[in-house]
Amino acid sequence: MEIEVLRHDIVIVGGGGAGLRAAIAVAEADPSVSIGMVSKVYPMRSHTVSAEGGAAAVARDDDDFEMHGYDTVKGSDFLGDQDVIQYFVQEAPKELALLEHWGCPWSRNEDGTVATRAFGGMSTKRTWFATDKVGFHMLHALFQHSMRFDQIVRYDEQFVTKLLVDGNTIRGVAALDIREGVMRLVLGRAVVLATGGGGKAFPFTTNGNIKTGDGMALAYRAGVALKDMEFVQYHPTGLPGTGILITEAARGEGGYLRNADGERFLVERDYGVGTKAELGPRDMISRAIIQEIEAGRAVTQGDWGEHVYLDLTHLGEEKIQSRIPMVRELSKLYVGVDPVHDPIPIRPVVHYMMGGIDTDIEGGTSIDGLYAAGECASVSLNGANRLGSNSLTECLVFGARSGRKALEFARGASEGDESSLRSEGANEAGRVDALRAKTSGTEKISGLRRALNDTMESGCGVYREEASIQASVDTVQEIKRRFEDVEIQDHSKVFNTELISVLELSNMIDISEALTSCAVVRKESRGAHTRRDFPNRDDQNFLHHSLCHFDSTGPKVSTKPVTLGKWEPEERKY
Amino acid sequence: MSDPPKKTFVITRFDPDVDEVPKTQSYEIAVDPDWKVLDAVNYIKDEVDGTLSHRWSCRMAVCGSCGMMVNGEPRLTCKDSVSQYGDTVEITPLSNFPVIRDLVVDMDGFMDKFKKVKPWIIRAKELAAEDGPVRQSPEELEEFKQFSMCINCMLCYSACPVVSNEPEFLGPAAIALGHRYNVDSRDEGASERNAIFRGEGTVFSCSFANECSEVCPKNVDPAAAVNQAKFNAVIDWATGLVLPSGEKE
Repeated sequence: MEIEVLRHDIVIVGGGGAGLRAAIAVAEADPSVSIGMVSKVYPMRSHTVSAEGGAAAVARDDDDFEMHGYDTVKGSDFLGDQDVIQYFVQEAPKELALLEHWGCPWSRNEDGTVATRAFGGMSTKRTWFATDKVGFHMLHALFQHSMRFDQIVRYDEQFVTKLLVDGNTIRGVAALDIREGVMRLVLGRAVVLATGGGGKAFPFTTNGNIKTGDGMALAYRAGVALKDMEFVQYHPTGLPGTGILITEAARGEGGYLRNADGERFLVERDYGVGTKAELGPRDMISRAIIQEIEAGRAVTQGDWGEHVYLDLTHLGEEKIQSRIPMVRELSKLYVGVDPVHDPIPIRPVVHYMMGGIDTDIEGGTSIDGLYAAGECASVSLNGANRLGSNSLTECLVFGARSGRKALEFARGASEGDESSLRSEGANEAGRVDALRAKTSGTEKISGLRRALNDTMESGCGVYREEASIQASVDTVQEIKRRFEDVEIQDHSKVFNTELISVLELSNMIDISEALTSCAVVRKESRGAHTRRDFPNRDDQNFLHHSLCHFDSTGPKVSTKPVTLGKWEPEERKY
Repeated sequence: MSDPPKKTFVITRFDPDVDEVPKTQSYEIAVDPDWKVLDAVNYIKDEVDGTLSHRWSCRMAVCGSCGMMVNGEPRLTCKDSVSQYGDTVEITPLSNFPVIRDLVVDMDGFMDKFKKVKPWIIRAKELAAEDGPVRQSPEELEEFKQFSMCINCMLCYSACPVVSNEPEFLGPAAIALGHRYNVDSRDEGASERNAIFRGEGTVFSCSFANECSEVCPKNVDPAAAVNQAKFNAVIDWATGLVLPSGEKE
């Protein structure tokens, strides 16, 4: 059957912070360029919406690019590329000003200037905020602003199943229209991936259901390396049970972490965070909480398993209501605690992937014309540990840059041979149709997902060691084999969410393969990758990025140099 | 330990390739009292019947995906406790929208209405990044803040008696969004939007039922926005009659 072909100059996959920013950058640079934005959800459902605490950029007189740069390098445990970081800190204030011009309701000081708050690992107040619904407000401001541009053509609820690559040049994507159940080709002379992270590979995560690593898996299968996948950020304060995020802004506004005895353990014991205490970086604080739990100082009574407390009771109702109202709303709704009166039960929770599609400073990948930005990419801003509030800004800075670069590339690029793309598309449509029609199969989707979740948590948690990671490597391969026998109950065409779940599960398995493969070979502790068997950082042997290439015989792990600069690696202590 | 309580979920099923009209299907499952309604639907999808289709993502009441009718009321199901309901819970797709499949409704019309109100900052002279942020006092922010909290969950459209009779009605969320920009101190596009609001099927179609504000899960109070928008659209029109064009505002 003939497959329908749609054409745009530039195709953007994903409609969250990075994808929308890329689209706007292209639209503003050249109104004659047509942009196709393909997203598996309507853009305002994208997971950017769930970000809470803020977006970092130098704004105050007591701050400068040097300080933001150094904080980020140190936070990354010296695995961030310093050229990327320097570019990022310089662009950050401009990008947040643009968001202001586009209507983002930033919280204000009395004089009308934008207010900033303290955040973990940041040496001064440089986190811009709109109460504690910053991702929500930024996403809606971006999406609404994007509606001005008729040349941004949206394909909502369309799931990309394959990148179309001709030689080493991108030609577009094959996508399943979820609503119609038909496959189409969306061709373009450049493609930007902005599909977010893959936290749903883990059982206990702040991530929404859509965070299944789709763009990472698409690029990986097309031959692009995934970089630094072993670095998974555990956010210190997730609600037990659901994993719902309680923002770091709660500590930025003065909240304390306490154990079962009521001790502020970050002050009482040496966890490396020094006087920063609750405002230390996330990797260190998550480790401290796990150590408190292992030392028997966790709270154990109640329904929530072992946890510690985030205590805001000393802040007072007015401050909580005006600065962090969502913390109160979420705590009341999902654990039945009003933080004005009682401490919030919390525990570390999978939040963010520092790793992702290997890109250069312009978002470019090893495939000509293919770019990536946002959480799905690893431009090496975050290295081994991201500082809170750098990632919303990252979506803007590198979303815009990869959009502009994609435009530049598209101008000089030719179109692919349509007949060969059509035949490749027909093959892909055949594959997806066969999957949907499959009636054999005994492995339940939920069972495979649970098996994957369990092994990722047991092997690649806050603390790791050789045996547990190796067990995960093996188990992921076993799950990959079991996936061949997956059971499909829904063979219908229209809005078949089970088919989407199967495709997403396949993506999560692939990124988990890369993640575990990188984790097992990094025999040191750096940032969020903490090995009990190798407790120290080892710059001699591991001051490099990890790369993982897909291969039909199994993942191939290699290394890539870190771009150093004026900040020499030193012991990371606060 | 006693067995967890069981509830029966009676859920609308509809596959346009097979069904002429929607039907219902019942699922009896054990429920955890801490569950939200969405958790029950997800459990059914994962463990009982993989053919059930619904939308969801953030499960923390901010992405706006999981609106459904629960016992006839529009609810954000990730926010809605399962334990408040009796032994039988009826779940149907959001009212006043065409149904695509099972609990999934067609929201393209809703998205078109959004764009109609020009939901972006309009300025006579565009600013550049280098101009830096515009000042806005906390009081000016307060003017529109509440109306910027809409998560586009569409519950207000399901509750609105006008939308039900007049599908083309711009509706509570879209009007609230247009109004949000009109009262933002940084915006200069109020006269353009007021002209839209004075057209057919917008603010003057509202019948003051207030249902929209009652079902809103984020306390946006779209009814208040519609009322204010109505007032401003009239004032704007009257001012236009008194002053020659070009001297408005």
